[in-house]
Amino acid sequence: MRAVTGTALWLVRLLYLAFALFPLLWLLRIALTPDEILYREGTTLWPSRTTLANFAYVIEESPFPVFFANTIVVALGTAAAVTLLAAGIGYAFSRFRFRGKSALMVFLVITQLFPIVMVITPLYQLLAPIGLVDTRIGLILVFTAFNLPFAAFLMHSFYEGIPAELEQAAMIDGCTRFQALVRIVLPLMLPGIGATVGFVFTAAWSELLFSLMLITSESKKTFAVGLLGFVGKSGVDWGQMMAAATLALIPPAIFFTLIQKYLVGGLTAGAVKA
Amino acid sequence: MSLAADNPATGRSPGTFRRRLRAAEPYGYVAPGLLVVALVMLVPLAVGISFSFQNYVIFRPASRGWSGFENYAEIWSDRTFWLALSNTAKWTFWSVAFQLGLGLGLALILNKPFFGRAVFQSLVFLPWAVPTFLSGLNWQWLYNPLVSPLPAALAAVGVLDEPRNILSDPDLALWGPITAMIWWGVPFFAITLLAALRSIPSDLYEAAAIDGATPWQAFRHITVPFLLPMITITILLRTVWVANSPELIFVMTEGGPANSSQTLPNYVFTSAYSSMNFGYASALATVLMVMLVIYSVLLLWVRGRLGR
Repeated sequence: MRAVTGTALWLVRLLYLAFALFPLLWLLRIALTPDEILYREGTTLWPSRTTLANFAYVIEESPFPVFFANTIVVALGTAAAVTLLAAGIGYAFSRFRFRGKSALMVFLVITQLFPIVMVITPLYQLLAPIGLVDTRIGLILVFTAFNLPFAAFLMHSFYEGIPAELEQAAMIDGCTRFQALVRIVLPLMLPGIGATVGFVFTAAWSELLFSLMLITSESKKTFAVGLLGFVGKSGVDWGQMMAAATLALIPPAIFFTLIQKYLVGGLTAGAVKA
Repeated sequence: MSLAADNPATGRSPGTFRRRLRAAEPYGYVAPGLLVVALVMLVPLAVGISFSFQNYVIFRPASRGWSGFENYAEIWSDRTFWLALSNTAKWTFWSVAFQLGLGLGLALILNKPFFGRAVFQSLVFLPWAVPTFLSGLNWQWLYNPLVSPLPAALAAVGVLDEPRNILSDPDLALWGPITAMIWWGVPFFAITLLAALRSIPSDLYEAAAIDGATPWQAFRHITVPFLLPMITITILLRTVWVANSPELIFVMTEGGPANSSQTLPNYVFTSAYSSMNFGYASALATVLMVMLVIYSVLLLWVRGRLGR
């Protein structure tokens, strides 16, 4: 009986694994398939020949390295700005009681209801006169605002996992609250900070609509917009597109793999305290 | 909290200035972030809502002006709106329901130790790191019978009558983006529910086992009540994110064939950027937002009642 349940459990685990990984493996398979046999061997699990030509084209001849660099700058900039601001909001939510606190928390939840499609045009009109349209800084600013509410709750949850007595002791020893935060609390928060940075980086890396509407020059495009350009072109080269997509997956995949266990840990700490 | 506010040793209270400064401290920590959110989200939102009461078509700048509730009246008699509304409900419900079911299953699996669990966890969480629109392109490709074994597999198990592309079938097209959304979103549910599972004190299960409870009874009376608050908040977040998200539909079907997979956010997007009718698009978006607000209030009210 135990052996049967054990086997059944492994079967379920393998099904989950197949569901999660098959689409990604298929992406890689298309990218590695030579053009001339792409349709002839479209449905076989692995092509009879593989090639790196698509990857070589994307890296050496297409504008993707530029798109890639732009996306790195925007995603890292957003992650840094969001984490810094969320560290402040999360700290205040976790350690202070103040007038308007619950109203603020409700407000941050409500921001999650805003349809992005509605604010794109007004944002464009507001950012254009101050020169922030078609700039990476403008994109970072917009992404920062939209990712901040969830990140603030994430940081709040991580702070809840750290006993307030630690900084109170430091303050009795003569630190100001801000010094105690920077010297005592934040170092202990490193897993939480890492998780928040990784979460926001992944989200900013993936963003499509704002990048599509706010960026127009080729030299500032993020890879999401560039990739969609592939689709729009007549005679899409699927192999090249999939090669570009595979490369675009690497940074968020690495980031997310590194931080996912801290994400679970931090949310657990918050749940215990709450 | 207030370490020096009323120091009994000295018998003096600090000056009013310092007291005020201390009272202002929490606002100092929240102000920079809130300022960014208010400027970048609230202001454009207000402007967007004001568009919804205007006749505002980019190609016809001369006719721009206040029009009261005209856009809303037009929505009422717009057949595409009603179709998109029912599609949005279907798209959101099935996406979230499957994500919850599969995410809960995954969290339960990951909560028990087994050989290779850490590697397994990072692999099954990987879809969340895939950009949404990219997972759309990926699944669009997977549903193409020329270059993917999936349609043949679906036909083999009897879901399809023959290996064909469901994205070009008006009855099934919406299921394409739904599967892509499920695939992408399961890890988020699994992460939050796994965190909630880990926070359940293990002595509760020990006590239940001593009292002779079956695993099902333990699940029903310990696990479920502990998970419920996290489940409702995750459902709330995912529902509004999914309902508001046009990317997958935009990338995979563009709402077609013949609007059969049209949802409200995608309809807003196409009204705004294909027909350039910002007034109408904003009215549609406002209707969507009001419905999500009502939904969230209801869900939080239910959560509050369950908590008692």
